[in-house]
Amino acid sequence: MQLDLLVDQFKKKDPSAFEKLYGMYSDNICGVINTIVKNDALSQEICQDVFIKIWNNCESYNSSKGRFFTWILNIARNAAIDEIRSRSYKNDKKNLSADYFVGILQNRQEEESSTVDTKGLRDLVKNLKEKCVQIIELLYFRGYTQKDAAEELEIPIGTVKTRNRSCISQLRENMEVK
Amino acid sequence: MDVEKYITSGILELYIAGTLSDKENLEIANYTKEYPEIQKEIEAIEASILELSRKASPGYNYSFKSLMDRINSEVKVISINEKRGYPLSSYIGLAASVLLAIGIFWMYQQNQDLKSEIQVVEKENIDLEQQIADTDSSLEQTQDLLNTLRDKNINVITLGGQDISPTSYAKAYWNKEDEKVFIDAKGLPEPPDGFVYQVWSLKLSPLTPTSMGLLEDFSTDENKVFALNNPNESEAFGITLEPAGGSESPTLEQLYTLGVVSAS
Repeated sequence: MQLDLLVDQFKKKDPSAFEKLYGMYSDNICGVINTIVKNDALSQEICQDVFIKIWNNCESYNSSKGRFFTWILNIARNAAIDEIRSRSYKNDKKNLSADYFVGILQNRQEEESSTVDTKGLRDLVKNLKEKCVQIIELLYFRGYTQKDAAEELEIPIGTVKTRNRSCISQLRENMEVK
Repeated sequence: MDVEKYITSGILELYIAGTLSDKENLEIANYTKEYPEIQKEIEAIEASILELSRKASPGYNYSFKSLMDRINSEVKVISINEKRGYPLSSYIGLAASVLLAIGIFWMYQQNQDLKSEIQVVEKENIDLEQQIADTDSSLEQTQDLLNTLRDKNINVITLGGQDISPTSYAKAYWNKEDEKVFIDAKGLPEPPDGFVYQVWSLKLSPLTPTSMGLLEDFSTDENKVFALNNPNESEAFGITLEPAGGSESPTLEQLYTLGVVSAS
């Protein structure tokens, strides 16, 4: 309920409400972006752009269309995907490769200077099957529709919903174990 | 509604992912008010994605203040850009510069007109000055003449009209000491082309004419006063019309005027 109140204030361009939401979600938004661009500095840069966009478009959020986090999640991944697409013309296709967010872990093993909580991330996803990592990645971090995800993973569209449900459940268990 | 079945269907996970239709989203939003279990489940699902995304975060170094600074500066930039689209002042400026250009052109034209007017006036001035100078010298000549005629040594002889031209007359102003005669020929008609008046000094007994000279350029001479030398002991003066260049002796048939010097 407190979140709803905060979001209402935010929609009225209340900077203090925006500050609280920023404190609540900035790490998550940055993380979502990082699963896509896989570059710490660039992620932070895009993250700031995303929050500016969120502030400037605050009136367009409508709680009847979904959760506040779902709304900003959508803005963040669109911004990150746009960034990747614009760069793909300039750089080699390696950056575009569809390796999933666990790719962050692989890359980070080489880059010790990264600030990503690689151990925490590894613990969180360690027992997730690859198909779970894939489906979570596509639905939450790539913005795939059920239909697109089904085609990408070559599974029936009805399976997407149930498989995703079980994968998220596994993730929730991992959280509780910690 | 079977809430448990609804939850396990996996639709709430898709709700968080944002892949549902507007209709489904609205439906779920309504269910959350009705069924606290659904609201709770949604929050739990969201929490797991939040956790996952937080773990993937590189950390966030930007403070909220730096974010707001950027937002405020971008607002300013936008407002400046809006002003850059043609504000009223730029139209006024444009109109003013057009008016200025027209004004300068108009003043240039005026200046050119005035310059040519000045040239005309200067020319008129020169002409007038010339006229004044001419008049001055004419006046001077007239006064000289007047002084000459007023000289006490002057003997005035009136030459009366003769048979050929009874209305003609002339006057001779003879300064004996200076041996000069001024002939005032105002009363003579203009000589026809190819003819000229010749002035004679006469001795009466016997009648001996001596040419004193011609009244040259008769028609163009304004005051019709001619100065001639006269060293003779004249007793009379006569003026005859002669062929151009004059004659050795007077043609008496063409004697226009004649006057006798009175004894003094």
